[in-house]
Amino acid sequence: MTAATTVHRPSGFRISKRVLPYLLSLPALLVCIGILIPFLTSVVYSFQRYRLSQPWARQFNWGDNYISFFTDPKFWNTLEVSLLYAGITVVLELLLGLGIAMLLQKRSTLNNFISIMLLMPLMTAPALAALMWKLMTNPGFGVLSYLASLIGLQDFRWASSPSTALLTVVLVDIWVYTPFIMILLLAGLRSLPTQPFEAAALDGVPRSFVFFRITLPMLTPYILTATLFRLLDSIQQFDIIYAMTQGGPGDTLTVFQVEAYLNFFQSTNVGRSAALMIILWAITYFLSNIFIKNWLRLRERARGQA
Amino acid sequence: MHEKEKDLIDAFLRGQVDRRGLIRGLGAMGLAASTAGVLLNMGQTRALAADFDWQAHKGKTIKLLLNKHPYADAMIADLDNFKQLTGMNVVYDVFPEDVYFDKVTAALSASSSEYDAFMTGAYMTWTYGPAGWITDLNEWIKDPAKTNPKYAWDDFLPGVKNSCAWNGKPGGALGSEDAKQWCIPWGFEQNNITYNKAMFDKAGVKVPGSMDEMVAAAAKLTKDVGGGVYGIGVRGSRSWATIHPGFLSAYANFDQKDLNVSADGKLSAAMNTAESKAFHKQWVQMIQESGPKDWSTYTWYQVGTDLGAGASAMIFDADILGYFMNGGTNKMAGQLAFAGFKANPAAKAPTPNIWIWSLSMSNFSKDKDATWYFMQWASGLDHCLFGATKMDFVNPVRQSVWKDEVFREKLNKSYPGYVEMFDASAPGASIKFTAQPLFFDLTTEWAATLQKMVAKEVPIDEGLDKLAESINGQLKEAGLG
Repeated sequence: MTAATTVHRPSGFRISKRVLPYLLSLPALLVCIGILIPFLTSVVYSFQRYRLSQPWARQFNWGDNYISFFTDPKFWNTLEVSLLYAGITVVLELLLGLGIAMLLQKRSTLNNFISIMLLMPLMTAPALAALMWKLMTNPGFGVLSYLASLIGLQDFRWASSPSTALLTVVLVDIWVYTPFIMILLLAGLRSLPTQPFEAAALDGVPRSFVFFRITLPMLTPYILTATLFRLLDSIQQFDIIYAMTQGGPGDTLTVFQVEAYLNFFQSTNVGRSAALMIILWAITYFLSNIFIKNWLRLRERARGQA
Repeated sequence: MHEKEKDLIDAFLRGQVDRRGLIRGLGAMGLAASTAGVLLNMGQTRALAADFDWQAHKGKTIKLLLNKHPYADAMIADLDNFKQLTGMNVVYDVFPEDVYFDKVTAALSASSSEYDAFMTGAYMTWTYGPAGWITDLNEWIKDPAKTNPKYAWDDFLPGVKNSCAWNGKPGGALGSEDAKQWCIPWGFEQNNITYNKAMFDKAGVKVPGSMDEMVAAAAKLTKDVGGGVYGIGVRGSRSWATIHPGFLSAYANFDQKDLNVSADGKLSAAMNTAESKAFHKQWVQMIQESGPKDWSTYTWYQVGTDLGAGASAMIFDADILGYFMNGGTNKMAGQLAFAGFKANPAAKAPTPNIWIWSLSMSNFSKDKDATWYFMQWASGLDHCLFGATKMDFVNPVRQSVWKDEVFREKLNKSYPGYVEMFDASAPGASIKFTAQPLFFDLTTEWAATLQKMVAKEVPIDEGLDKLAESINGQLKEAGLG
């Protein structure tokens, strides 16, 4: 029995076959614990009245943090701004990324060079990109303010005006992250089978038909993957917005992460900050589920099992 | 050291020769200023060691958490004297201000014993103190066995010293009898006017003596100076730091408060009075007419650099910001002037709110006595004088340094009007906020409301009423209102 259930190794070190699966899954388990402990701690904190500057008042208030959010118009503003920001950036980056990827689809030295160069913004830390844009939009010496003045926008206030602050941070996000979508979709486009396109070309099918009926459906798994990654990232946006406006002007850009950061690091209100993060987690979980289910369905359809 | 030079330095340390006499005397003996400085430091180190056992913690090491600032630079430049005096070693981490307080909060909230002492602002101690992260320094200050007899605690400017002491009760008066000394003031900033004299002359504008005059002067400067120069620089970012400089200094001059404290210690919002609304209207109008176009993103950095670059005609902000902009490689270096500001024509004197860079002791320090040795040296008279006269340690917190002729002469020579401005506003200088643990929540929301008013998103009266309602709700929720 022992001989049958034991793995013999040249060194003489023996691992029971019964133990081996657990041993192999141990690293994953440790990582899981490393994620779950902070997560569960946050859940516990979110049910507490817990402010570091008032340690004597720390106690469980159960759902009070959540109830106070749901009855506070500022929270609904945070939700609205976060979703709006995520929605606008993802849609625009997807359109731009797809367009650029299609332009660069044909393999050539020039296209390869351009696609590498277009990745440069992605290599810039978002906070640094935000500071660069802050300088470029400075009304005194910013190049973008100068260009805006050339087209008649003499007093364009960029991130300092509530009416254009969202537009400005969306532009920064697009500048940084469109290359991410572009490179994913470019890889997808270049890996598509050539036969359907060749057949369509022989039949003289119009380009728009090819795009909507062949390219887009075949590219959908890539689009969904890119969308999922970008959506999850942009709904958790912090650095670009904080570096540019700290959530202002007024409450214009108080997205989840900015609010949670200010609640913890500035107000030392651990309970509220944790509750905000748990709500953000729930939204992220919900969105991820939708995308992953659709992605799996498409994959099965592609295998002809749908 | 030659006997003559040694005698002269000893006479200075005994108080028989003033600082100017000492420098002249050493100069007459053929010593260069740098050599004289070294000899003086050596003499001071000997004198310090004479009355107090500075070597009690010899061989120990303490670690500091520092913000990148001229005060920290001055301390680091003088650190060898401390090491020589005590036989202790000092190591430190320096972080830029953008991330500095996050680092402090992270270290303290994790009960980390990595740092023994750190730089802080007095406002921050309203969080750190009640949280149990920092130590009441009275235990050391009042213990003659642990504090150098020449430390001269009474030499600190009273308004500044008291602003670092709080009894921990929300709304409790700063510097009260039962107050705990959460930090030792190190250097501080008053909020006053720094202006570009040439631009004022060009526009025919005088230094404003009231809020009405400031609004009018800023508008005239914007209109008449030309070249895209705007009239007045004040902070505007969505942060507590927008409220505490010029804004609160002028607001307090009208006897307006942030919070009311009832007889039973309950707090309530006080910024929606008729007087406060009138003041807010003037402030908002001034920014709309004469402030920077992207005011809502302005921190101290943009306010200062615009003045230094000649993009603004005046600032109502920290006096030391004007000090630094008047030197270095700034375009307007040497062209700036300083003035105290009394917003309320009926007030007797300026009432600047102050920011105090201070030193606090971590409650998690493993050797508090040794840490106190460093703190008393760093806030002691000799280091303060060294920083003020040899480095850019402005504004010093000790009265005797402000009386020092060499220091005053240095300021008068390169920063005309600075000493007069300081003397006029120092008596009224103190923290004007109500000490309470929700300080950052309430002031950040105040700044956000101000942004909405300037952007015309909300009328001023309505905005302040809503702000007061929100603040009262938060105070009640925290058990303070």
